[in-house]
Amino acid sequence: MTDGFVTASGVSRHFTPSLPLGERIVAAFGGAVERRSVRAVDQVDLSLRKGEALGLVGESGCGKTTLGRMIAGILPPSDGALAIAGEPVMTCGASPRKTTTRVQMVFQDPFASLDPRMRIGDALAEGPIHHGLVSKAGAVAYVRDWLGQVGLEPDYVSRYPHQFSGGQRQRVAIARALAMRPDVLVCDEPVASLDVSIQAQIINLFLKLRRELDLTLLFISHDLGVVRHLCDRVAIMYLGRIVEEGPTHEVYADPRHPYTQALLDSVPKLVLEEGAEVRFKPIQGELPSPLAPPPGCHFHLRCPFAAERCAVERPTLRPVATGRRAACHFAKTDLNIITGSSSSPAVIASGAKQSS
Amino acid sequence: MIDRASPLARFFGEFRESRAAVFGLVVVGLMIGLALLAPLITPQDPYDLASLTLRDARRPPGYVGTAGFTHWLGTDAQGRDLLSAILYGLRISIQMGLVAGAIGLVLGASVGTTAAYLGGRVEAFVMRLIDLQLSFPAILLAFVIAALLGQGKWQLVAALVAAQYAYFARTAHGAAAAERHKDYVEAALSTPLPARRVVFRHILPNALPPLIVVATVQIASAISLEATLSFLGVGLPPTEPSLGMLIANGFPYMLSGRYWISIYPGVALIILIFAVNLVGDQIRDQLNPRLRR
Amino acid sequence: MSAPLLDVSGLETQFPTRDGVVRAVNGVSFTVNRGEILGLVGESGSGKSVTGFSLIGLVDAPGRIAAGSVKLDGRDIVGLPNDELRAIRGKRISMVFQDPSMTLNPVLTVGDQMLLALRAHERISAGDGRRRCVAALEQVGIPDPGRRLDSYPHQFSGGMRQRVAIAIALLHKPDLVIADEPTTALDVSIQAQILTEMKALARDTGTAMIWISHDLATVSSMADRIAVMYAGRIVESGPTATVLRDPRHPYTRGLLDSLPAIAQAGEDLASIPGTTPSLLKLPPGCPFAPRCPRAQPVCANEPPLAVEGDRTFLCHFPLGVRA
Repeated sequence: MTDGFVTASGVSRHFTPSLPLGERIVAAFGGAVERRSVRAVDQVDLSLRKGEALGLVGESGCGKTTLGRMIAGILPPSDGALAIAGEPVMTCGASPRKTTTRVQMVFQDPFASLDPRMRIGDALAEGPIHHGLVSKAGAVAYVRDWLGQVGLEPDYVSRYPHQFSGGQRQRVAIARALAMRPDVLVCDEPVASLDVSIQAQIINLFLKLRRELDLTLLFISHDLGVVRHLCDRVAIMYLGRIVEEGPTHEVYADPRHPYTQALLDSVPKLVLEEGAEVRFKPIQGELPSPLAPPPGCHFHLRCPFAAERCAVERPTLRPVATGRRAACHFAKTDLNIITGSSSSPAVIASGAKQSS
Repeated sequence: MIDRASPLARFFGEFRESRAAVFGLVVVGLMIGLALLAPLITPQDPYDLASLTLRDARRPPGYVGTAGFTHWLGTDAQGRDLLSAILYGLRISIQMGLVAGAIGLVLGASVGTTAAYLGGRVEAFVMRLIDLQLSFPAILLAFVIAALLGQGKWQLVAALVAAQYAYFARTAHGAAAAERHKDYVEAALSTPLPARRVVFRHILPNALPPLIVVATVQIASAISLEATLSFLGVGLPPTEPSLGMLIANGFPYMLSGRYWISIYPGVALIILIFAVNLVGDQIRDQLNPRLRR
Repeated sequence: MSAPLLDVSGLETQFPTRDGVVRAVNGVSFTVNRGEILGLVGESGSGKSVTGFSLIGLVDAPGRIAAGSVKLDGRDIVGLPNDELRAIRGKRISMVFQDPSMTLNPVLTVGDQMLLALRAHERISAGDGRRRCVAALEQVGIPDPGRRLDSYPHQFSGGMRQRVAIAIALLHKPDLVIADEPTTALDVSIQAQILTEMKALARDTGTAMIWISHDLATVSSMADRIAVMYAGRIVESGPTATVLRDPRHPYTRGLLDSLPAIAQAGEDLASIPGTTPSLLKLPPGCPFAPRCPRAQPVCANEPPLAVEGDRTFLCHFPLGVRA
């Protein structure tokens, strides 16, 4: 995909835990030590159109936060390229630096993401002044304006973060990100730590900001309900890979990957009838260790439809309907395979030989 | 629950609640005041050897000397008025403690924060070196350096700093390394803001609280270290006795019943260190997130 | 109808602080019948967890139960001496926390601490104890329980740790389990497993449960009855489905409308304006009045407790009721 505004192509991120002392000594004397690394994100291709809101959904440890941090330019990818409107997010080399202000991030915990010793007016003005978006003289008016935009009193400029409630702090954090006039906003679970009623206020704020500012939104969440409400498209991650992606309402209504299906079945729904027997269809088993993910399809150990092939061959993320992709060998597809070259069965079979 | 005060005002508000700490602060303030005003309020300049007479030597408290004033705490072996000597000694002790503490703080904080920010091999090397030094008794290190450099105020300060900066460095490193990966630092870096700004505007101010705690403890320990070195004879010259030197001078007379020559400077030293520690304890309690209500 | 297992009445738990007295639980009354699951719902600071802790006398000093009674089978257990409370805790009433590490000691094997928990209330040989532990772990769906008994808590995943905590809570076949956000820290797929299993366990063993949660959806799938808490009070209670389908209290309505699951995707959620009041400075009368769309001047007076069949609500202007 090259038509995207935000593009991630073949992006991976590995973390290599440092070895225990004993093994390090063994290694120093030339012993064979198995150096395992976690592939937090494993060759992900993803793209966002301008003005689109994409929900990145998955359970803890699936790599969604790592992917979000790479797109936001906090973490350099181990492999692959990230770009916004064709420009790279970070420089290459030994000590990569973020070079663009076009993407900003909102963090999960509003109590940790604001400097406790800085008045919020200064915190909001710092970046814009440094990057020349506003003069020092104009900074106060600029900051007051942004506080108003996120639904806070402009007079709060001289307050410290501890003087705000959780919901208000998240508004401040959003204002700080927006004051940099980004095109893209990466939000990492921005409502997960908030109470339901406050959560709704912040979701409404995102809806309003999207309408007014033509923002491209990458919304990372484990909450399928919030994503359905806010996002045009959704991408489901499992153990470092995207397993399914497509328009939110289509994916929710008709999931093509068994993991998506299972995830949707696991979400508790509001039960409004007396005596209704509530049945979940929980996914069997536990998340495998990311240090040693199963070969082939990462999900095959827990998948009710797994076949032999799933244990050996990594499924590619292939088109299964217009604008929809899924990474499952057995995903139902309603495309008449003329357009997609990679999705013809013959090509899959030959691609399998290459990859394995 | 949402109050409008700045962090500093909140800090003092909370500090006021601890009676012991306020008492400590008052005592410290009083002692600093007395030490500063020593030349104005003492009946005698203990450094002016010409004004001393041996006829007044080793007199007990309450003795009215030849110069016509009462020696409320007695006199020492040279005939110095002990009260005057203690106040002057306090002056030197506090001065040494503050100067050595401040230099140690700046030096240690720079080393520690820089190491934490740079990371990697530089960090590992510097911090192992500091660990190595910390495994060495501070008193021994200070003693050796003071002995090598010879007597004098600045030599003593150098010895104290050399013995103590490692504590600051390790504390600063720990605090800065903890702040380094907090969301607000990542948020600042991802804005992006230059590294220097992030270190000085965000990391350092937030790494400061534990450093302040260490500073109060280290000032108290610098004072006692200085006293110890002077007691051992490698500190300040005997013509300008600090509290440690006064204690040392009185030591030979302890057993002959002339206890006051050593005891009163010792009491002054204990009160000072105790008061500083009262203040330091409260600051530590207040800044320690684990103890926060 | 037989007497309820637990009868809580007028419970008040307060925490004195520098800035005044925090009324965390402010006059809470409810009952739990044998084998019944009561869902206690509220946002942070609503007092739902403190209520749970107060029931078994686990309020940390300087907090204290200032008023009210907690009757277990008709016997008031508020203010009982510690050793008598200990005889009840773990045996007749046990607790499951959001964070299983509150129950699990990291330096003991799971088997050792289960045995300790067993022996806290009965004399049992090591062999019999071990068999009981294996059975308990099996019951909560831990594979290969015999071997897992010798593992330490850190060798379990988060979901498995929570199962162990549940197994310990069920060891003595208690009459009542108080579960404080037991699945909040878990992933949805694991949460679904545990919800299913706990519901089945409660049914099979006849254990009553107080299920404390902020999540209306999990409560609606677990609880027979629901009690909605706000600012230290139960503002509405009744059969779960009835209350959620047709709430009487404007706060319950507001909570439901805040859920993205109910609204049309992309449309503004009908959020509740403002924030929860400080428990130090509660407004007079109804604590929800400052945020309530139906509030009138009279709401500054104490709202009346209305009883309508098997449901109750605390409101001057309840929804869906003709005046």
